[in-house]
Amino acid sequence: MGSLSGQAAIAGIGATEFSKASGRSELQLSVEAIRHALADAGLSVSDVDGLTTFTMDTSSEIAVARELGLPELRFFSRINFGGGAACATVQQAAMAVATGVADVVVAYRGFNERSESRFGQFSVAAATQVNTNGLDNAWSYPFGLGTPAATVAMQARRYMHEYGATSADFGAVAVADRRHAATNPRAFFYDKPITIEDHQSSRMIVDPLHLLDCCQESDGAQAIVVVSAERARDLQQKPAVISAAAQGSGADQFVMTSYYRDDIGIPEMGVVGRELWRQSGLAPDDMPMAILYDHFTPYVLMQLEELGFCGRGEAPGFIADGGIEIGGRLPLNTHGGQLGEAYIHGMNGIAEGVRQIRGTSVNPVEAAASSHVLVTAGTGVPTSGLILSALCE
Amino acid sequence: MSLTRPMVNRDSQFFWDGTAIGELRLQSCNACGSLRFPPGPSCPECGAFDRGHVVASGRGTVFSYVVHRHPPVPGKELPIVLVLVELEEGLRMLGELVDVPDDEIADVEVGAAVQVDFHRVDDDLTLPIWRRA
Repeated sequence: MGSLSGQAAIAGIGATEFSKASGRSELQLSVEAIRHALADAGLSVSDVDGLTTFTMDTSSEIAVARELGLPELRFFSRINFGGGAACATVQQAAMAVATGVADVVVAYRGFNERSESRFGQFSVAAATQVNTNGLDNAWSYPFGLGTPAATVAMQARRYMHEYGATSADFGAVAVADRRHAATNPRAFFYDKPITIEDHQSSRMIVDPLHLLDCCQESDGAQAIVVVSAERARDLQQKPAVISAAAQGSGADQFVMTSYYRDDIGIPEMGVVGRELWRQSGLAPDDMPMAILYDHFTPYVLMQLEELGFCGRGEAPGFIADGGIEIGGRLPLNTHGGQLGEAYIHGMNGIAEGVRQIRGTSVNPVEAAASSHVLVTAGTGVPTSGLILSALCE
Repeated sequence: MSLTRPMVNRDSQFFWDGTAIGELRLQSCNACGSLRFPPGPSCPECGAFDRGHVVASGRGTVFSYVVHRHPPVPGKELPIVLVLVELEEGLRMLGELVDVPDDEIADVEVGAAVQVDFHRVDDDLTLPIWRRA
């Protein structure tokens, strides 16, 4: 049995506008994004034989298939655990096309996550779901810990305590994201950069997290078209070859509340990182940039450590002095991230990785178009990651 | 909005039966003796399904904490201080640190000693809560 590395590629990307009130149903958003992605790839709707999305998505594969007029689907799947699913949907698609189970698989995610069910609020639904996730939440929600910001703040405080990190260290992530969003016309915060003083003076949401440590709530959809690497070479866009695609879950894993193990950081991202490096044969030094999931700033620091870009507790130094901004040692989130562009559950970050490989990002990192981009999915949950690569000429 | 109630099943019922009578119960494995929180049906250490419980001392220290200011939390008046307590028995547990006046929130710190207490919500639910020791 061969490796998944290099067998599949992203041939098309498509999205709706990113807004605070889309005015359309979530199903319509996803179908629009899929049609845009197929047009981008130069494929027709009738080429699609597989669909994959998040367990959380409200639009089923069959509902999407009906709207697209697809007569048949040969592959459909869902991935659990919120934003941790993002890169794993592409992994599902890559495995399907690499094994011949399907030929053209579209990964999609669409929601009205600002104008309808807001993700930043205390979710009673999460605490009352009739499954083990609901039972797990019995140990947090009834006590009052039940917003994403609060769950992350608990880890952030411990990280600060153990490594001497400061709120301003977290703020450096927000400043970098907003600088990149400021030149991205698709970004909600287009032309609205911030300073570290803006970050420090923004109101406390859940101490130690300020408002500007928290990503946006957004309406919108993103779709990603995956085909075999061989087929991608004959299509109209420069392929973003999938050099590695990994999922990871850690010891004593919970959803956003993995507080009971020795390490209350995000070791599941270490699982993802080791598998990405193993599959691809690459190393952190081979990455000229990365798209690191940024629903909350502290997790970006922890990811840099888990993925091997720096040692444990060293991220504050790594990101200092513009280290993660354009021109720095490892530019991150060149679309503006989910703090700056939009929160589409990490799927818009995968699209930015593709644009960097194509050389069409609004904030291009020149080396990426001839090498690689690392993309990660949601943190604090079982998660996933990708390494996208330009074809060797 | 009222307080969010815990989902309870046959694996966790013993914990809530304990809080109702003022006991902070920790699952123990009758085969290998290991303690566990949160509870579950199968011992991750030895695989046994044979479980009992011990009553914790109720003493612990703050492993981490947050001050929740936004957005609203059902059944709570904000801000609230939420603590991740490291119990004397070596396990961790979340809870609210109560009776912290606004002007004393800044005094809360990692390592501070805390003691469990119990808040009777109604006939069916008693929550463990934490006080500064």
